[in-house]
Amino acid sequence: MFLLCASGESVKVFSTATEECLHALQGHTDLVTGVLLRPSNHLQAYSCSLDGTVRLWDFTDGILIRTYSIGYPIYGIYASAKHEGVIFIITPMHTDTNSELFQLVAVHLPQCGEQLVEAKELSAVLSNISSNPAASAFGREGQYIVSAKPLQLEVYFFKKQKSYSFFLKKDNQKGGKNTFTCITCHPTEDCIASGHEDGKIRLWRNFNHRKEYTYSTLHWHHSAVSSLRFTPEGTNLLSGGVESVLVQWRYNQESQRDFLPRLGGAITHISVSPDGALFCTSHSDNKITIIQSCVKVSAVIQGLVKGDRIRTDLMIEPRSKALVLNGKPGHLQFYSLQRDKLLYNLDIVQQEYIHESGLEQFEVVMAAFDASGSWLATVEERKQKAPELELNLKLWALDDQKQSFVLNTTISAPHEAQITALCFPHVSDGQTTMLVSTSRDGHFKAWQLAAPAHTEDEGPSWSCDFLGAYHSLVPECCCFSADSSLLAVGFQEVVTVWTPASWELLTTLSQPPGAVRDLCFGRLSCSKYLLGATTSKLLCCWNLLTCSLEWVTSMDVSLLLADPLSENMAAFCFEAGSTDLFVFKPGEPRPLFSHKALCSGRVTHAVFVPREVMLESCDEASQWLNCSHLYFLTQSMDLLTFITKAEEDKLTASSKQLVVSDDVAMTPFHLLLGKHRDQLENPQAESRLSVEPIRQPSSSAGIDELLQMPAHVLPSASFLCSMFVQSLLISVNKPSEQNKEKEEEMESEKEEEDSDGEMESRISRPEHMPSGESGCAAPALTKEEVRELRRLKKLDHSWMKGLLDQ
Amino acid sequence: MASYKPTNIPVYPKLGEKITEETLYWKNYKTPIQIKEFGAVSNIHFSPVTPYNFAVTAFTRIHLYGLLSQEPVKTFTRFKDTAYCGRFRSDGQLLVAGCEDSVVRLFDVSGKVALRMFKGHTKAVHVTDFTTDRYQILTGSDDYTCCLWDIPNSAQLNTYQEHTDYIRCGVTSQLNRDLFVTGSYDHSLKVFDARVDKSVMTINHGHPVESLLLYPSEGLLVSAGGRYVRVWDLLKGGQPLVSLKNHHKTVTCLALSSNGQRLLSGSLDRHVKVYNTTSYKVVHNFDYPAAILSLALAPEDESIVVGMTNSILSIKHRKPSEEAKETAGHQRRRPSYRVYAHRKSYVPKQDDYLVSKPVRQHLAKYDKQLKKFNVSKALDTALETWIRGRKPEITVAVIRELDRRGTLKNALAGRDEQELSRLLSFLIANLVDARFAPVLITAAEMILDIYQSIVGQSPVVDKQLLHLQSLLERELDYQKDLLEVLGMLDTMFASSLPKVELPCSGISTSNGLPQGESTASRPQVQVN
Repeated sequence: MFLLCASGESVKVFSTATEECLHALQGHTDLVTGVLLRPSNHLQAYSCSLDGTVRLWDFTDGILIRTYSIGYPIYGIYASAKHEGVIFIITPMHTDTNSELFQLVAVHLPQCGEQLVEAKELSAVLSNISSNPAASAFGREGQYIVSAKPLQLEVYFFKKQKSYSFFLKKDNQKGGKNTFTCITCHPTEDCIASGHEDGKIRLWRNFNHRKEYTYSTLHWHHSAVSSLRFTPEGTNLLSGGVESVLVQWRYNQESQRDFLPRLGGAITHISVSPDGALFCTSHSDNKITIIQSCVKVSAVIQGLVKGDRIRTDLMIEPRSKALVLNGKPGHLQFYSLQRDKLLYNLDIVQQEYIHESGLEQFEVVMAAFDASGSWLATVEERKQKAPELELNLKLWALDDQKQSFVLNTTISAPHEAQITALCFPHVSDGQTTMLVSTSRDGHFKAWQLAAPAHTEDEGPSWSCDFLGAYHSLVPECCCFSADSSLLAVGFQEVVTVWTPASWELLTTLSQPPGAVRDLCFGRLSCSKYLLGATTSKLLCCWNLLTCSLEWVTSMDVSLLLADPLSENMAAFCFEAGSTDLFVFKPGEPRPLFSHKALCSGRVTHAVFVPREVMLESCDEASQWLNCSHLYFLTQSMDLLTFITKAEEDKLTASSKQLVVSDDVAMTPFHLLLGKHRDQLENPQAESRLSVEPIRQPSSSAGIDELLQMPAHVLPSASFLCSMFVQSLLISVNKPSEQNKEKEEEMESEKEEEDSDGEMESRISRPEHMPSGESGCAAPALTKEEVRELRRLKKLDHSWMKGLLDQ
Repeated sequence: MASYKPTNIPVYPKLGEKITEETLYWKNYKTPIQIKEFGAVSNIHFSPVTPYNFAVTAFTRIHLYGLLSQEPVKTFTRFKDTAYCGRFRSDGQLLVAGCEDSVVRLFDVSGKVALRMFKGHTKAVHVTDFTTDRYQILTGSDDYTCCLWDIPNSAQLNTYQEHTDYIRCGVTSQLNRDLFVTGSYDHSLKVFDARVDKSVMTINHGHPVESLLLYPSEGLLVSAGGRYVRVWDLLKGGQPLVSLKNHHKTVTCLALSSNGQRLLSGSLDRHVKVYNTTSYKVVHNFDYPAAILSLALAPEDESIVVGMTNSILSIKHRKPSEEAKETAGHQRRRPSYRVYAHRKSYVPKQDDYLVSKPVRQHLAKYDKQLKKFNVSKALDTALETWIRGRKPEITVAVIRELDRRGTLKNALAGRDEQELSRLLSFLIANLVDARFAPVLITAAEMILDIYQSIVGQSPVVDKQLLHLQSLLERELDYQKDLLEVLGMLDTMFASSLPKVELPCSGISTSNGLPQGESTASRPQVQVN
């Protein structure tokens, strides 16, 4: 079973059994808006896109069969078995203007063998319809097509070439909104189901007469129904909405309902497999759930969870090097950047999530890991209004057996106002584990892991160790020095430096005007410097040995970061609507690297990810990337990173060889603004370093191909084994003679070898020595002969290998 | 599909004293038996042999009590004046007691009339004791002397006139028949050796000494006087080891618990304190209704006997141990246990295919109702009598959960008089609790909003509303007072703390720092 899913500019094919992405059907140059199985051939699928083309694919092999060029942006695609060779698409009524008017157009697909076909036979069926693809549907056996406008249902009968319209009042008596949101038709009976804004479902019957139509109302959803679908036999109706509950209604016995609750984010689409055995729901948090007949969730395809907004910093879990950020409501997600895979969600709030608009939820607003990764601190808050603010500070200990975090201490109301910053020391002295939090209430608190006072308590827990304040100013940020012997807390214009050993105020540094927004200590040889960004667009650097200002530069720094493995610091500056990046060493006046107009909007989240293997690049401009990657999140929620020239070469090379490689990690954010990224990437092509989607580093094409394919689509292991060994052998031969053409030839030879390998291996033995000589000494040999000799040589290797193994 | 997450009941730290093994041990006594004596109980002494009778010296009598009897087993009444310090000999056969009339009397425990009368002191005798060889008696008197007497011929063997004030306590060594220690109101402790004519060691306690105690090993001596309990190391020549000041009135009596691990001291401040003899920290505290004069522990700490100035004798017996009870229970239940043990002990073999039943999530009743969005019912469940009385945190957690779901108003509305008064009584009981206040204030505001129209219709509800109002007014006054106290404390701290010269740099270019501090911070930074 395969599942097709439109994702950005490609269509992805998933296996329902293994949740694995088999291929991405790439070819469209704009957002894909619809995917449809070809009614006459269930192994082919149409896809339509805003780039004005409809493409026909063989999705089992991932091959593009044909491209039909329409010429207008397409918002939806429909087809019916009754209308052979015709597809129905939604296009704007006026091509050049950005009008809100759309029409349903029938397109006769020309039958010819060419790859690119221009479809010119267009005929409008319905005009002035909704652009939402869920708001139109084919009726029973393709006899009619139904389309819903905000308050009108229009049915077009193909036989009579006539359309009927049915209207609803804008609001019903109880104030519910009658607006149509989605529509579907019963496969065998004349019945249309429509979903509405107020959560009602209406079943329309008898609509082939303008006057005598009837409808019945079903009501369970409390807010808009976002998707409706009948099962293929028409026995059940499935509906889903923002409540993330899949509701199954029995057709004709609508009082009987089955529910499948707590599926995740809001349900955006429902689809049913042609045999009716599997249902599939897609969710707003970048997730696809596969359900076996409304009973059991059988598989979950989950990308990087798209939260409402990212409020925590981007963090790196020190042990698994996973990227940590807000995920599902009340959760933190752990996302592996190396494997491009969601590792797990950690439930921080631990409360039942109730979806209701206007309801204030607990949100995870802050999180921090300690240096060794054994503690995680999180802050959650609800109700931002001052008197009713609910705050919880939670401390999680890493459980070595479970390999996940376990709640250790909950501190409710740790501060009287919102917490502005949270930080752990970089190195702990082994005895005390400490955490510092600063709050709008004008205090900062140091929390300490204290051993239990009495032996029968379970274990150590956290308690407040010190409460500090400075002239009742509000602390905005705090930072520990590299050796954790100093703590800098920024109280508006004043930076105070404390010693955590005795909690004495050592010194104060100030550089008015402007409150300090961000503080950062230098690392390694630059640890004597303290950098601060102020709201008055200044970046200050203090020397802590002399307690004097080292330098000031005028830039509107929105984010200041220190690379944990080198002296480098990164400053994201907001300048004229876009963000510039400067990488510098605090001790040196000249920046190591600067990049103007990185992206539009402010960058507020970024992180240095330590590399597993240090790069030995001596290129001056990319030296700062030797120790760590820099990932950052733009305002439009794209997650971007920097790569070096060498890596880029490797990537492009591997992407040529590998059809399978794709940008899985990009999809969640990329989905939203894939186009935007394109514009971003192009101007940077000239620069030596370019912003590239995250790709998997690949070692060998053959091995990758073997390992990345799901097991059930691979040929038998015995066949693979010889291929695998051969792929290894080729790589051995590479240094002696490497030629692109010859490699291709060898690929074609593989088939022959398998058949007559046994006989020729006997002959090859005596000829071994001459073949080696002739290969290099006689260039005058014909191509045929060279090929023959090469084959013998290779076979000889395999034979010797067999001997050695024995 | 994730499972339903039950309401989170926060665990609040328990207020009050912490439960330790010590408190469990010392709390495991029954309610005390109180016996009225004829006057202040000045001394209690347990017989060293079974059945561990104890002699209680009060006014002109000495009563002998059995361990479990509430009536005196025997009474010695042949005293002309107040008796002091009735003590058993180590074989439990003889009892000696001093008297206000300066005569020391020796009794046979089974007889009534005094066997011997030792006359020689000129003032009241407050201290009597047998030496370890059982043939001699030590006495100490208000005439500043202490004497040794021979029992067989009732002769005075030796007299020591070294103290310069009343001798009020003394103890003989259990290991050496010639050694004894006396304590006097002249603030000194003296160690005597009967083989020489004068004291061998003098220790200054610093306060009139009220009580003395020798450790079983006799290396340590404990003295009590004034508000202090002091421990001296005799083997190091009377070096002070530790001084305890945990009472706020004069300490009058000392006792060691049977295994020598705990020291008990009783005081006129009506407390008995238990110290750990390794750390000398107070591990437990008993309260008594009157000033304590005497204290004794039965062997194995089976009972604590305390005598007080209001002539009450209080006896606490240890509860029978839990183990004995448990074993009895086990025996009764054993047959049924065996039936289940058979099933539980079945271990699947290695190649067995295990079919596991899905674990059903157990939910509390209010959680089940919350899961079905029955908000009013869930609140009703949480307001059930035993929950709101015993575990108000559950009720508060449910109210908080309802508030989080935005349905608290619906849950509170539409209640009749009885239900409303139940809600209000819960609010009255818990509104001022600092742990619950933030949640309950929201709920109280909502209740007032919803039910303001019916004020005046029900006398019950009106009364409770008035009560709530007065409660809030009182709480406001408390908070105001507390803030005043806080302000006072702040000024006191500000004036008492040494002023720290804080380097504060202005707008000027050099952020000046005093030389001393800058050097202090330098090494820390240069480590890297």
